[in-house]
Amino acid sequence: MAFDLPLFYLFAAVATATSVLVIAQRSPIYSVMLLIGSFVALAGLYVLLDAPFVAVIQIIIYAGAILVLFLFVVMLLSAPTEVRGKRPRLAAGPRRMGAALGAVFGVELIWAIWRVASLREPVGAAGVPPAEAIEPVRAIGQVLFTDYAFAFEVTSVLILVAMVGAVVLAKRHV
Amino acid sequence: MVTLNHYLALSVILFAIGSTGVFLRRNMITVLLSIEIMLNAANLTLVAFGRHFGSVDGQIIVFFVVTVAAAEAAVGLAIVIALFRLRESLDPDVFTSLRW
Repeated sequence: MAFDLPLFYLFAAVATATSVLVIAQRSPIYSVMLLIGSFVALAGLYVLLDAPFVAVIQIIIYAGAILVLFLFVVMLLSAPTEVRGKRPRLAAGPRRMGAALGAVFGVELIWAIWRVASLREPVGAAGVPPAEAIEPVRAIGQVLFTDYAFAFEVTSVLILVAMVGAVVLAKRHV
Repeated sequence: MVTLNHYLALSVILFAIGSTGVFLRRNMITVLLSIEIMLNAANLTLVAFGRHFGSVDGQIIVFFVVTVAAAEAAVGLAIVIALFRLRESLDPDVFTSLRW
């Protein structure tokens, strides 16, 4: 595990940079593409956390289905890029104060988390799970279909409701 | 050596970026994308804590979060399409009929 720290920083930097670019881009198509990059970086982080199943789920479902749906909608609507400066912006003073206060809050939050001593052990020191790391799908399946079976079945109802809702909402009323 | 704090700090940063996007963007599709960023930050926290305590439950909750995020993205985009059909605009400021 000699590459743990630099790999973590690499994936974290890519995820953060692409996320900042997502909200800074004016064209929605670039935003979606950059978000796909962010999801790939997060999948790398999941692999570092000994969760390869979640990493693959992230790529296949999140990046491969949900963001493709976003792309379809962006292209269907020929989404116009935003017009800069159309809305009345906040004055420069309050905006800078808000940004400064937000940054202070963020730093304070991270400092408060860092103070908890029990969180400073290396990830995986507490209860190294060899069984899960070797056969992740089996470990997840064994818990998912026994302890979480009800939630699993209810999720199928949720997806059905979402499907019906999406079709009804997007339908042309002719 | 990567500690849990690293993952939590990254999750905080990503969540803050996502919420900034929700508040500041004037394009509804980008607002939905920022919500996805926030959901991913929460997923990272769940997996990190699950790994820290040696339990697989974190990954299972992430499994459900991804499913719910998919359903929410589908319905949200359907609403965006319906609104666009009404006013030909994706700017949230255009839809003011519920404003006081």
